[in-house]
Amino acid sequence: MQYLWRTPGSRTAPEEASPIGPPPLEIRGLTVAYHRRPVLWNVDYAAPSGGLIAVVGPNGAGKSTLIKACLGLVPIVSGTVEVFGRPIARQRRLIGYVPQRESVDWDFPVSALDVVAMGRYGKIGWFRPVTRAHKEAALHALERVGMADFAKRQIGQLSGGQQQRVFLARALAQEAQLYFMDEPFAGVDAATERAVLQVLRDLDAAGRTVICVHHDLQTVSDYFDHALLLNTRVVAQGPVGRVMTPDLLSRTYGGRPMPAPAAAEAS
Amino acid sequence: MIATTIEEALRILTFQSGFNSAVVVAGTAALGLAGGTVGTFLLLRRRALVSDALSHATLPGIAVAFLVGAALGLPERSLPLLLAGAVASGVVGLLTVQALSRFTRLTEDSAIGAVLSVFFGLGVVLLSVIQNLELGGQAGLKTFILGQTAAMAQGEAIAIGLLAAGAALAVALLFKELRVLAFDPGFAAVQGWPVGALDLVLMGLATFVTVIGLQTVGLILVVALLIIPPAAARFWTDRLPALTVAAAVIGALSGWLGATLSALLPKLPAGAVIVLVAGGFFLLSFLFAPARGLVAAALRQGRLRLSFAERRALTDLLDGRPVEGPLALWLRLRGHTRNGALTPAGQAAARAAARDRRLWERFLADYPALLPAHANWGVDPIDSVLPGDMVRLLEERSASS
Amino acid sequence: MMPDVQEFLQIDAPALLAAVLACAACALVGNFLVLRRQGMMGDAVSHAILPGIVGGFLVAGTRETLPMMLGALAAAALAGLLIEAVRRLGRLESGAAMGVVFTVMFAAGVVMIEQASAGGVDLDADCVLYGQLETILWLAPKGWASLTDPAVWAALPREVLTLAAVFALCVALVGLFYKELKITTFDPALASTLGIPAGLFHYGVVLLVAATAIAAFEAVGSILVIAMLIAPPAAARLLTDRLAAQILLSVALGVLAALAGYGAAAFGPMLLGASHSLNAAGMIAVASGLILALAVLFGPRHGLLGRRRAVGRLRNAPGFIAPEAQKP
Repeated sequence: MQYLWRTPGSRTAPEEASPIGPPPLEIRGLTVAYHRRPVLWNVDYAAPSGGLIAVVGPNGAGKSTLIKACLGLVPIVSGTVEVFGRPIARQRRLIGYVPQRESVDWDFPVSALDVVAMGRYGKIGWFRPVTRAHKEAALHALERVGMADFAKRQIGQLSGGQQQRVFLARALAQEAQLYFMDEPFAGVDAATERAVLQVLRDLDAAGRTVICVHHDLQTVSDYFDHALLLNTRVVAQGPVGRVMTPDLLSRTYGGRPMPAPAAAEAS
Repeated sequence: MIATTIEEALRILTFQSGFNSAVVVAGTAALGLAGGTVGTFLLLRRRALVSDALSHATLPGIAVAFLVGAALGLPERSLPLLLAGAVASGVVGLLTVQALSRFTRLTEDSAIGAVLSVFFGLGVVLLSVIQNLELGGQAGLKTFILGQTAAMAQGEAIAIGLLAAGAALAVALLFKELRVLAFDPGFAAVQGWPVGALDLVLMGLATFVTVIGLQTVGLILVVALLIIPPAAARFWTDRLPALTVAAAVIGALSGWLGATLSALLPKLPAGAVIVLVAGGFFLLSFLFAPARGLVAAALRQGRLRLSFAERRALTDLLDGRPVEGPLALWLRLRGHTRNGALTPAGQAAARAAARDRRLWERFLADYPALLPAHANWGVDPIDSVLPGDMVRLLEERSASS
Repeated sequence: MMPDVQEFLQIDAPALLAAVLACAACALVGNFLVLRRQGMMGDAVSHAILPGIVGGFLVAGTRETLPMMLGALAAAALAGLLIEAVRRLGRLESGAAMGVVFTVMFAAGVVMIEQASAGGVDLDADCVLYGQLETILWLAPKGWASLTDPAVWAALPREVLTLAAVFALCVALVGLFYKELKITTFDPALASTLGIPAGLFHYGVVLLVAATAIAAFEAVGSILVIAMLIAPPAAARLLTDRLAAQILLSVALGVLAALAGYGAAAFGPMLLGASHSLNAAGMIAVASGLILALAVLFGPRHGLLGRRRAVGRLRNAPGFIAPEAQKP
């Protein structure tokens, strides 16, 4: 018995992604407001199938809100979000989520392996225990981020970067088709940055779609294939080479002087 | 019969039914006033339930003070001694909560719950000791738990009233300092304000109100005087001075009406009635206050969603995209469509919506720094939010691009 | 100076059994309150059930337990919904939301009791606060030998049987939903994206706490319930970093507090030569407080004294780098 609930018709198996099927993520007319002040305003976006997509924009541009609205974690004023052509409530098994590190209590009495195994809960379903096979899958996910040696460690005793890698391993253990990641590179050490990048490339190679809130303009073009420039509404979207231009970036960041990543790349 | 009851009620409410009941009612109103003013800052410091630990923690102090009084050979229970005991153990409880949440990994809610129940348990054990010793005057001890205004002597009521008024006055005098403390303690500390000392003053005032409220309302419910009035006032305003005044008024009204009702009708314990009256004020505020009340917020949110959906649907129709479902029905009811096509009125509304969206987009792209000044940008028609020359400028720019 | 066996079995054994079961059940579910930072939910719920108890009593017109328990459960469910409504819709912090709801409901209960007693009905708010541990009697056993007779066990007092049933329910539910409880407590957002109804589990925990509190209040009173929901899990939290271990340890500490507290209350004064016993529920709460205090001071890694030693060891270790502060 899977964790599918709320939607009456949800017992049908979710569709597998196919290259010619509907886009992994399609947002139409999404508006989210706090009181009467829009945080996201008339956002339309269709994510290309497969590939690494960076969501870029200044602080308060609604990047995290965009991800949370896609996941159904914040109430929306208007608009629709579809994942592989269906409402998100029916497609939960296809979605992986890496929240910001501060979103959980790191003092919680669980080990790194426990946290990664939580990514498998969607596959395990009601009443069944976490079996050996699931634990091995979780351990394998920890190995892929170079954290296998810390499997038994209580999560509070890990460094910030290690905690980030545990979250990433958990997303891997979910074996999803579409991943949402909220600033996986924020405040991490060099080793973690490499591990995160490697995971992103592995996922890309496996044909998964990853949508990542990213704050470092210098690395967008190196790490990602596509970018979504967001400042409350969509400023531009497309392959990084086309949208990471000084003109579009300065429009996204409200005309403030920006470091020019294109120039940095050229040098 | 009803007429005489109403007459009696008016007499008590207007302090004309004998000096004693007037004093009790006035004292209770002053207590409510003090609870509201002090409680406002507890609420803003997110410390509302700390006062619950505090009030429960007074019980062992009261019991010990009673035992000390008996050992000293005092003939009857002496109220000042008992209240001194209450203050002492209340403060110990408070410090234990702070130490637990500061120096251990336990969170504040666990610290409060542990202190509250363990101290109260100790108080109950001590009460059972007192019961076994068969000392005189112990019957009065139980009134501290559930409170009893009827038992309040005139002198006590006057003292309570004066002390409560003093607490409210202290808040008024320290208003500036407490405001900084409640708003941004980190900033206050950097600016050189004695944040620790101010926090102590605030908790001291809370202790003070709790202890003088013990007799009237009882230690289980006295926390309501500190929590409910400011929580109710929160729905009416976002400004601190207004919030403090509103909480004080709601607290005083609750004390006044509650004490009156309890004096008027049989078998209505004052403490509980005061809390129920305050609860009534809370419910009214929660539902109907125009600023943050439920009904107003729901209406605002519903209107917002509908207007967004409607304008989106209209522009969709204008661009030749079909609209289905309940929205299609809504547009027909509004007279915007007939047989799935836009009517002349619908055409006009759709064009206005499209223009609004285009101009807002322009505004957002060109003047993002001005957005914070317009809380409802992008929601309302642009002409009703921005000045006319700004709208004309945006129109020119969007036409030229 | 041991009391004789029959007296022990008839008076102390049932009270002890009731106390142990109540403490174990409360400690078990209390873990999830402590971890969800909802420690005060136990306080709120156990006060808020008062009008339900009185209402059930008034509607049924008897002192039967079932209607009172149903009334209490309804009141607890209402309190849970109201607190969540005030917190979410009113945008108040959860402490204030709880404070508003439980004081108003408790006040309503007090007024209802007074009004009922006007009609010649005798119901006492005291028994809700302190419980009546001392009045639970088990008249069947006559000595150790009689304990082999099943009929004697069948005659266990109703309070003990109710508490045993509730404890079994808690064990069963926590066992069945262990991993869901774990994930909804640790990361409700992830749980929601996996399709696990985090909100439903929030209410489930509140209702389970309420059911436990209701079954226990009659025997041990609401104050002991609040102490047991928090102190043993909090102490266990300081002693271990694994959830399963924390849960088992908290139950063990709850049982220990029950035994120690009851022993001190029932036999302590006798040992000191006094003739009366002390309030057992209060004493058990005090015992749980002492256990928590010991864990705070001497806990191996998180205790105040233990932590100082550990930091000292670390600082002397080669290549020490100060750890970042973990407490949020």
